[in-house]
Amino acid sequence: MSSLAILNARLLDAASDYDGPGAVLIKDGRIVEVIHGAGAVAPAGAEVVDAGGLCLSPGLIDIRVKTGEPGAEPKETLKSASLSAAAGGVTTIVIQPDTDPAIDDPAMIEFIQRRGAALELVNVRAAGAATKGRDGVRMAEIGLMDEAGALYFTDVDAVIANTRTLQRLMSYAATFNALISCRPADPWLSEGAVATSGELATRLGLASAPAIAERIQLERDLALVEQTGARFLVDQISTEGALETLARARAKGLEVAASVSINHLCFNEIDIGDYRTFYRMDPPLRPERDRQALIEAVHDGLIDAITSAHAPAPAEDKRRPFAEATPGAVGLETLLPAALSLHHEDGLDLLDILRPLTHGPATLLGLDAGVLAKDAPADLILFDPGAPVVIDADALKSKSKNSPFDGRRLQGKVLLTVVGGRIVQDAR
Amino acid sequence: MTPYSRASMTQPAAVTDLIHERLAPFPRDHFLSAGDLNAATVPPLLDLADAFVDFNRQSSKSLDLMRGRTVMNLFFENSTRTSASFEIAAKRLGADVTALSPRTSSVAKGETLIDTAATLNAMKPDVLVVRHSASGAAALLSQKVGCAVVNAGDGRHEHPTQALLDLLSLRRAFGDVGGLSVAICGDIAHSRVARSNVALLSMMGARVRLIGPPTLVPGDADRWGCEVFHDMREGLRGVDVVMMLRLQLERMEGALVPSTREYFRFWGLDREKLGWARPGAKVMHPGPMNRGVEIDSDVADDLSVSLIQDQVEMGVAARMAVLAALSARREGAGA
Repeated sequence: MSSLAILNARLLDAASDYDGPGAVLIKDGRIVEVIHGAGAVAPAGAEVVDAGGLCLSPGLIDIRVKTGEPGAEPKETLKSASLSAAAGGVTTIVIQPDTDPAIDDPAMIEFIQRRGAALELVNVRAAGAATKGRDGVRMAEIGLMDEAGALYFTDVDAVIANTRTLQRLMSYAATFNALISCRPADPWLSEGAVATSGELATRLGLASAPAIAERIQLERDLALVEQTGARFLVDQISTEGALETLARARAKGLEVAASVSINHLCFNEIDIGDYRTFYRMDPPLRPERDRQALIEAVHDGLIDAITSAHAPAPAEDKRRPFAEATPGAVGLETLLPAALSLHHEDGLDLLDILRPLTHGPATLLGLDAGVLAKDAPADLILFDPGAPVVIDADALKSKSKNSPFDGRRLQGKVLLTVVGGRIVQDAR
Repeated sequence: MTPYSRASMTQPAAVTDLIHERLAPFPRDHFLSAGDLNAATVPPLLDLADAFVDFNRQSSKSLDLMRGRTVMNLFFENSTRTSASFEIAAKRLGADVTALSPRTSSVAKGETLIDTAATLNAMKPDVLVVRHSASGAAALLSQKVGCAVVNAGDGRHEHPTQALLDLLSLRRAFGDVGGLSVAICGDIAHSRVARSNVALLSMMGARVRLIGPPTLVPGDADRWGCEVFHDMREGLRGVDVVMMLRLQLERMEGALVPSTREYFRFWGLDREKLGWARPGAKVMHPGPMNRGVEIDSDVADDLSVSLIQDQVEMGVAARMAVLAALSARREGAGA
């Protein structure tokens, strides 16, 4: 197989905390050498890319990507999601099991992986459903799906309301050291809610849930983690109160990871404005105070993964009255510039932003990607962190165009996406 | 004797002249919320509505202000009085009226609100009066159609013509609403009437109090600039107006209140509770009433204190004013 040399780059490797000049040499799909400092020379016969001092980082790993395949192909297929990911510098996507039918048996896991691999774009992996048909009642084949390659187990947006079911699930999953992920949302407080309780929701007349709905459920989930010893991922944490609960559990030594969606890092409830349904998210957008707490948590390393929470929805599902509109947003292609806004506007260090986009999720899911190191898979991106971009939703490769960033001016452009040593996206 | 018997003094031709004299374009393209009006634009609109009240008391009630115009009543939620009120208002202005009540179930089965809007828009109505169970539905429609949209109630968000007719009733009863103390009582949390009234009454200088059990009053309602009370005796002390809200009977299922009889005991308006208000205080209700739940018949039917029948009459006049003003704006814009 061919070799590739990316020279004269600014290396950003969160795993080794390295932010400085360097080069990466690639052969047969893997990194064969990482050279710190200037003056590296390409081996003979290698294709050479002169980075011109721009940023070279491990490709992004997005652990929460929804598609419509199988079951709702008009809104997104594995192919359109993969194209979107490649364009956005996301080299590994983890497909969520809330498809139709749900990804709840080993054959489905294999189906997703096989279909994804055939596209030869990005690494396509899957999360398995925690319960059969995501019904919250019958345990899914966690052991078999784990063997087939499922990276973690989740019922996605469906909350496992029955505490006994979740307790059994966690105890059982612990046998396989399988990672269980749950959305912390008290199902009764959250029932029918489309916004966070507060002055804004009251004025707009929107059904809302109090922020404590998240903390209450998380307290329950963590009590079960403590009892069962399960590995656990808090899916899309979004409130200050829940972050405090998480920090307490960490301090006690519980093995608990947490993800946050890019939407909750970039937007607050005010963005709903006059019923703008493209800002209807689940969990709903929160007050600015919560957004600040989330940014702080990213800075402090409390967050293991930032996700795009990619949720394609066709226009007809979004152009509805607010409460009837489908929640969620596409995000694969805007993930990097959106995350970089945390650097440009909110003052976060580049490595602190890239860690939960690369090394963090890789470590959490046991992937050998996400690092610039010898023998790691050559999943890399070259990007210009300062390049101005205007997001045009219609130009997105995703089949659905429900981007809340439409028309926004951001900074950060992916120039090159390399997956397994192959250039899958070249926007130089 | 009614407090506004001057109607009979005015001659038919003079009323029509007065209407023409007072008719001015509506300040916005649509009437979606109380916030589309301000302290300067409300009084002339009420003056116009006053003229329509006089007009409506004549035996012949036909005008040609909207002749050739089409008004569509699009009620996704059941409504008798509001849709009838709009229909009568439009007909008296000479408009052609089409009333549609698409069942929400059939809409949920396929056609979206936007599709419905596009379809109706292609029939070129001039005004679309819409009621929908979702907050923000009227605003959404207004972005997709070429005609004027009047919000006849969107979810728990707003019902601005109700607030306007309430204001008209109050101004006729008290002369001026500035400085009036108005208590809105009951299910504030789920009430679009409450939201529109808080906005409009505050705009016109009234002091608004909200009274209800904590489960039915939003926790942050004090940030609307209202005083919040959970106790009727405290809340009603010295108020000039008691505006009761309808308690939807399904609230009993959601553990918001335990029973209608307990609700009536503590928050239902009867003669005793009314006694806590200022002597001569007036009682209002947007209808339809749950007698014996939020209001006692004894109070509701006492014409010396109740403005409830007046509210219904004012509803037609206020809606005529809104429709005529919106129509005038479209004519002014060359529509």
